[in-house]
Amino acid sequence: MIAQSPFAQTPSKTIPLDVERLRRDFPILQTSVRGKPLVYLDNAATTQKPRVVIDALRRYYEAQNANIHRGVHYLSELGTKLYEDARLKAQDFIHAADWREIIFVRGTTEGINLVAATYGRSKLNEGDEVLISGMEHHSNIVPWQMVCGERKATLKVVPLNDNGELVLEEYDRMLSSRTKMVALAHVSNALGTVNPLKRMIAMAHAKGIPVLVDGAQALPHMKVDVQDLDCDFYAFSAHKMYGPTGIGVLYGKSALLQDMPPYQGGGDMIKSVTFEKTLFNDLPYKFEAGTPNIADGIAFGATLDYVQALDWTAVMHYERDLLDYATEQLSGIKSLRLIGTAREKAGVISFVLGTIHPHDIGTILDQEGIAVRTGHHCAQPVMIRYDVPATVRASFAFYNTKSEVDALVRGIGKVLEVFA
Amino acid sequence: MAADELRSLYQEIILEHNKNPRNFRTMEDSDVSVEGYNPLCGDHYTVYLKLEGDVVKDVSFKGSGCAISKASASVMSTMVKGRTKQEAEALFERFHDLVTGKPGQSASLDDLGSLAAFAGVSEFPARVKCASLAWHTLHGALENKQEAITTE
Repeated sequence: MIAQSPFAQTPSKTIPLDVERLRRDFPILQTSVRGKPLVYLDNAATTQKPRVVIDALRRYYEAQNANIHRGVHYLSELGTKLYEDARLKAQDFIHAADWREIIFVRGTTEGINLVAATYGRSKLNEGDEVLISGMEHHSNIVPWQMVCGERKATLKVVPLNDNGELVLEEYDRMLSSRTKMVALAHVSNALGTVNPLKRMIAMAHAKGIPVLVDGAQALPHMKVDVQDLDCDFYAFSAHKMYGPTGIGVLYGKSALLQDMPPYQGGGDMIKSVTFEKTLFNDLPYKFEAGTPNIADGIAFGATLDYVQALDWTAVMHYERDLLDYATEQLSGIKSLRLIGTAREKAGVISFVLGTIHPHDIGTILDQEGIAVRTGHHCAQPVMIRYDVPATVRASFAFYNTKSEVDALVRGIGKVLEVFA
Repeated sequence: MAADELRSLYQEIILEHNKNPRNFRTMEDSDVSVEGYNPLCGDHYTVYLKLEGDVVKDVSFKGSGCAISKASASVMSTMVKGRTKQEAEALFERFHDLVTGKPGQSASLDDLGSLAAFAGVSEFPARVKCASLAWHTLHGALENKQEAITTE
């Protein structure tokens, strides 16, 4: 029995996130840019890293460096354990059924390419279709375009409505007996839209079609349970969820992964090699040829410890509130037009400002120490859909604050002054 | 400091050309037209030329992009009209040195006219491509290039 504190209340209300304390975990947030405190609003491009992650990287190179999976010496065994622990932590974090379903890749892009090049290439035939959506990042368009071109299959695109939501009636209509794969963003990097994945996956499964999810923009903002979603593949990057660059995960249901041919050949992905025949390794190593990104993998383990310890209910509540506040403040600017006004959004506000080009806005905000992204955000079809050459994107993490939103609004005021 | 640098980038002359770009029209009877774009930021213009022998008789441009790229295209169009190909190329070279901050430029700004307003660009490496896009496109047009020009 745990003794109840006399002050304990029923947890009907979330304990608010202690953002000031969390900000202190991120050394870069204490720095200045161009003489102004850094206001980092480019989290959809990459997030900042807590000290525990930076420390894990340094510790690895200073005291743990060795190649893994084959050495019999102390450091190799230690490295192997730390690297494989990171896999278990990733399994735990996304609630995968089996650790063998966690394949380490360079990032989301490589994860999607892996599935397109192995599953796609072996399953697609002339006349087949791959269904993606109109809000995909280039990394969930081009790999499918490439494999469709090679296999004479067709790429189909689910349209968006004016708010930036997928048109589900169209989606349902486009799922056909020719559809061999559905590939969807969980959260749009350019619009912030959160797609109703559980429903969309069920709709595809009802017709026997597997679904790959690009989760790059989801994991920084929400807890994801791949078994609950019932997705067949889920790809994500460590660096967009407070971890190091160069490492990410492809989750896949083991039955599908077993059935897929290997991605790359080399060391680690084999059981035995002769010039006549190679016996491939078991999952997950079948897909992990060559010396992996050990250092970043281990630092990713530290990242997962960090994010696992966060109070996610509080994080999601806080981010929702911050996004609402930013939307409200920015909407108050007369010439500002929001691009992407879906009911369900996370982390991202894209906008244009009268006829002022986003690049000019980005440069002026930068002089105020404010980092935003300007351009097409690797989602050119989205820009075409909303008839804008580019947008300004402010993207948030749990360590951003309302006063940083205020700084952004003041910065936009300066832009309007310069271009008055 | 930051405000000064900003002022040096967004000079009045640049803001004015951005607002009222000169020779901003498609030219139906051009001798050569070349498209130029900056794939990273989406600046996209077409430069039209009418040539008489070696001389640029008329020049215009159309398209969209940031203030720096549009003002630069506008100023360029006013500067090269009536010049020979060689003179236009020589101006491009000097302009390029200016925006990339090649040393020894400040001494000779006087005869650059409105082009001198772009000296501040050299403090903003990310914007050099914006400033030079129209000039690269002009260069392609003078060489009678058939394919689109990109800054990448």
